Amino acid sequence: MSTAAPALSTARTLATAARVLRQLRHDPRTIALLLVLPVLLITLLRYVFDSGPGTFDSIGASLLGIFPLITMFLVTSIATLRERTSGTLERLLAMPLGKGDLIAGYALAFGAVAVLQSVLATAVSVWALGLDVVGSPWLLLVVALLDALLGTALGLFVSAFATSEFQAVQFMPAVIFPQLLLCGLFTPRDQMHPALEAVSDVLPMSYAVDGMNQVLTHTDITADFYRDILIVAGCALLVLCLGAATLRRRTG
Amino acid sequence: MMNSSRATGPSAVEARALTVVRGDRTVLRGLDFTVEPGRITGLLGPSGCGKSTLMRAVVGSQAKVTGTLHVLGRPAGHAAVRNRVGYVTQAPSVYTDLTVRQNLDYFAAVLLPGRAHRAAREEAVTRAIGDVDLASHAEALAGNLSGGQLSRVSLAVALLGTPELLVLDEPTVGLDPVLRRDLWNLFHSLATERGTTVLVSSHVMDEAERCHRLLLMRDGEILADDTPDALRTRTGSATVEDAFLHLVDEAAATRQETTR
Repeated sequence: MSTAAPALSTARTLATAARVLRQLRHDPRTIALLLVLPVLLITLLRYVFDSGPGTFDSIGASLLGIFPLITMFLVTSIATLRERTSGTLERLLAMPLGKGDLIAGYALAFGAVAVLQSVLATAVSVWALGLDVVGSPWLLLVVALLDALLGTALGLFVSAFATSEFQAVQFMPAVIFPQLLLCGLFTPRDQMHPALEAVSDVLPMSYAVDGMNQVLTHTDITADFYRDILIVAGCALLVLCLGAATLRRRTG
Repeated sequence: MMNSSRATGPSAVEARALTVVRGDRTVLRGLDFTVEPGRITGLLGPSGCGKSTLMRAVVGSQAKVTGTLHVLGRPAGHAAVRNRVGYVTQAPSVYTDLTVRQNLDYFAAVLLPGRAHRAAREEAVTRAIGDVDLASHAEALAGNLSGGQLSRVSLAVALLGTPELLVLDEPTVGLDPVLRRDLWNLFHSLATERGTTVLVSSHVMDEAERCHRLLLMRDGEILADDTPDALRTRTGSATVEDAFLHLVDEAAATRQETTR
């Protein structure tokens, strides 16, 4: 009875992205929180490590990658949950909208917000807080954007398993915290228990943080950097596809 | 009269042995019915009798549907009929953090994408807002509207693509008598002027009198499929409500006889 999802329609994707951004525009407080909070937190961190600027460099760079991942995860999981519970998702899927259009639209809209957020946080870190980056700060932005996409993808995916906003918010510690602990932010990964190191090898955030550190310590683009961003991008794409599979045209 | 219109065109909806299972409960039990094109068909019955499930099956968002169900000549939910069917759920499904016009602009862009159709979209949006009498609230945030206004926004979205079949799940619940009358007038003008087929559910029996044809439902079965006049005459009742009660008693009596 159902046919294969139609190929991506650029016009519908763009319309969806514009709609998501328009919704955000009616919520200025959320925009302010999205843009200002990372800057404030990274400033806080700078003065926490007041006597050890070297520590700030490595942790600060990692956080520049982790902020967009966490915020986009939260924003997307709530936004898509609302789309599911308000009936607008059912309405859209009863229209000639492809699932890919909806997901790409969300990824595009939140990706744009993430670029803005990362530009602000990176600029303040590098120029005002003296974050010492050996490589190009633009590469930091590339990693941050991919992290944001990964966050959007994860948020979209877990929203399928949440039936309330309470549950959706609780998925944040469940999905993000283990990765945060194992990504090498607190201890280098090769100093962890071998079992944990093996686990961290398959968690995408480990590569997000490693990518940031590659830029931090190398002038040139390293092979490891390419590997890192490919893995993060691949994971984001994979989870987006899984997320698409959770959007059902027909439900009980 | 009804037979002649049926002969001229194929049915808008045609169901044979339509069965829907939700969990371990059979919600619709082998229904056979047709919906005539260009007419208003009322789907009436107490709440919980399966009206919403039937409508969800017609628009193609219900899972576990067996039997045959053809909508506008195609299997229900087929990609080719998706933009020819308008559907309004019981709860208004619009974005409360967008204005009325922004809501309609987005759904119009989904139905008719592309820059080339911008003028057509604007026209469709303005017309839909006018149809549901919300022109004065077009720039208001949907979240700030009253319940009745919000459900009219939802209806306006369904009217956007000039659908050939309009499926409305209890569109008049919670509306004041004036608005209810206005909406029914709108349904009638849609059917007579634009030739739209309207399938509308209600659990308020007095709305039945405004339909061309009725499907009376109870416990996942269709008790009667007839015109309001014919129903009243057949059961010797003064109102459709009495006719419905008569049919319920009759069905209970036959059931008792068969089990005896």
